[in-house]
Amino acid sequence: MSTGAISFYSSTFFVMCGIAGICHISSADGISPETIGRMIDVVEHRGPDETGIYLDDNVGLGHARLSIIDLSSGTQPIHNEDQTMWIVYNGEVYNYPELRADLSRKGHRFYTTSDTEVLVHLYEEYGPDCLARMNGQFAFAIWDAAKKQLFLARDRVGIRPLHYTIQNGELIFASEIKSIFANKNVPRRIDPLAMDQIFTFWTTLPGTTTFKNVLEVPPGHYLKVANGQVLLVKYWDLPFYPRDEHLRISPDEISERIQQLLLEAVRIRLRADVPVGAYLSGGLDSSGVTTLIVRNFNSDVRTFGIRFEEPEFDEGRHQSDMVSFLEANHGEIHASNEKIGAALADCLWHTEKPLLRTAPVPLLLLSRLVRDSGLKVVLTGEGGDEVFGGYNIFREAKVRSFWARKPDSDRRAALITHLYPYIFDDPRLNHTLRSFFARGLEEPNEPLFSHMVRWANTSKLKTFFSAELKEQIGSYDGCEQVRQNLPAAYPTWDCVSKAQYLEMHIFLSNYLLSSQGDRVAMANSVEIRLPYLDPNIMEFMGHVPSKWKILGLNEKYVLKKSFQRILPESITTRSKHPYRAPIKQSLLNGKTSRYVDEFMSPEAIGKTGLFHVGRVKSLLDKLRRVDAPSESDNMALVGILSSQLVHHKFVENFSDHRDCSSSADLIVDRRSAHSKCIE
Amino acid sequence: MDYLESVRSFVVANFLFGDGEQLDKETSFMEKGIIDSTGILELVMFLEQTYGIKIEDDELVPENLDSLASVARFIERKVNCDTTAEP
Repeated sequence: MSTGAISFYSSTFFVMCGIAGICHISSADGISPETIGRMIDVVEHRGPDETGIYLDDNVGLGHARLSIIDLSSGTQPIHNEDQTMWIVYNGEVYNYPELRADLSRKGHRFYTTSDTEVLVHLYEEYGPDCLARMNGQFAFAIWDAAKKQLFLARDRVGIRPLHYTIQNGELIFASEIKSIFANKNVPRRIDPLAMDQIFTFWTTLPGTTTFKNVLEVPPGHYLKVANGQVLLVKYWDLPFYPRDEHLRISPDEISERIQQLLLEAVRIRLRADVPVGAYLSGGLDSSGVTTLIVRNFNSDVRTFGIRFEEPEFDEGRHQSDMVSFLEANHGEIHASNEKIGAALADCLWHTEKPLLRTAPVPLLLLSRLVRDSGLKVVLTGEGGDEVFGGYNIFREAKVRSFWARKPDSDRRAALITHLYPYIFDDPRLNHTLRSFFARGLEEPNEPLFSHMVRWANTSKLKTFFSAELKEQIGSYDGCEQVRQNLPAAYPTWDCVSKAQYLEMHIFLSNYLLSSQGDRVAMANSVEIRLPYLDPNIMEFMGHVPSKWKILGLNEKYVLKKSFQRILPESITTRSKHPYRAPIKQSLLNGKTSRYVDEFMSPEAIGKTGLFHVGRVKSLLDKLRRVDAPSESDNMALVGILSSQLVHHKFVENFSDHRDCSSSADLIVDRRSAHSKCIE
Repeated sequence: MDYLESVRSFVVANFLFGDGEQLDKETSFMEKGIIDSTGILELVMFLEQTYGIKIEDDELVPENLDSLASVARFIERKVNCDTTAEP
């Protein structure tokens, strides 16, 4: 065992992985290596190079690892000095060199140079409080064999996935749900309440998954199994504060501080032994991150972007501007309608969740390009809109709060037209659209004020649910569930902070970072890293007054200010272009229409039982008749089709996609009857 | 078929996909999220084609188009005396 001569950055700082395991909650029956092997084989895409297994009478841990270098010392499971604690870990802890130095000073000894080992010792030293010291994106399990306790933890905002179920006295956990389903005794059923949530919030609520009795460890939580009990604990929540705790410094000082924090967030996310690339869309956020990399750390960084066949969705001009500006080595994919439609089913195997959008699909195609280009890690601009106040729904909350104080004011109502110039460009729709946004104005104190218009509109899609599904959902009210779980301090925040919280708590963690983030990147063994979601940045921005986040109606004001000196004016002053992908054009074109017909046929709809046969038929008839369908009809199409496909892939026809013939590279077998270590 | 029933059939088929149980003649399309901005244009196209009328931009107001009853009254005015429609 090494005493830990530290040589940072020339080691295994690269552990894109899948983890899985089973823990007997109160008995000690042992777990077979074949069972754990099946669970990690099914997430091979998360780590195709190596597998490791730890077994004793109480627990089985599995790890699938994609390693680039230093194969010899980073193989997981990894243990502490006396081998009483074992870890399987997926993710990155960017400040691990600093943590390791601190632990070394406290007498901890290390036998690898990996960040994984640092976590075992960090937990050994601080217990669950170790999480407060970690800056990163992670999901991990630590088994304390001496105390017979399992500790499962997930990063603050939920960049890395972690799911579990409790069946027959066993806690079964895994990075992806398909690993849990690799246990044949786990029932695979769509959860009716999850369907209600998806068709309200565009995703499931934290803690819930598409499948009944399969849960997720919510972002910012850990789960502990000890003394026959399973305890779920929140260790962190999104940082927002009341006005009297906001900073009283000038926008110039704020933007200066943002520059420092962001530079540091980017710097530590470039810690890797392999080349790190960047996603570059041409928007402010990805342009800012990429420019920081090029100007400060790596002028040859590879960049990647998406181009759309449909001009309405394409950001090509701004992307090209940035590529020229940075003289970047840029690669792009052409997300044609046909390619998007054809890849939807594959995408759903990875998202494990029905979608009301096709936007995750081009990102799946993009990560394939990254992998084919030989890169495994990219920095992205995700999180910038949430943390700095970029979305229209935040500006909308501001305008509608102002308007609600004087609902009859034409001038106040007219502000809405500034938010959505592209949908108000048809003067005939002015009155209609104003009426749309006026909904809920009479209830400005409703805690979910900012999002109720959107959620009520999406809920309309439940008209397509079958009578059986509606009956199973019963009187369940997802919005009430959200209200009940709001933080105690929530009422003390301003309307923009409240809207930011709802957006991050629900949509960021369960959709953007999952269906549109980790899942579609890891599908091609690519890791995304997100500087804007650095905890130090989130904490700082929580103290920044909302008036500086959105000055008037100018979104991301202080972030734009921070980038003024390094980005072209055409980028800092451009209007925001939401990232979306075509739906009808992708799903009902010559090439894709056939499989859509198959999965949405009256027979298929009837067999699945989730949707109303006649209404789905009417929808398809209408979509074929109308050239430019409404947003609602588009969402219904992809929502119904993706639910059908998820049901097909995970309930009706689940296959773990692999024969389980591979053997693990490392097996630590401490079961009473089998004690041995095989390498 | 009177105006109200005809519009009801169109709205139920096109925006509610057959689920017309909750739709009575005073139900607000906007408040209930039955018709969105794209839907209004679909409704207008239906009315113009079905009744041979021309609907002006400034007639696209909730008073004329936000419920079955208001649409029926609006068509009646348009068909009988185009100039009396509410601006």
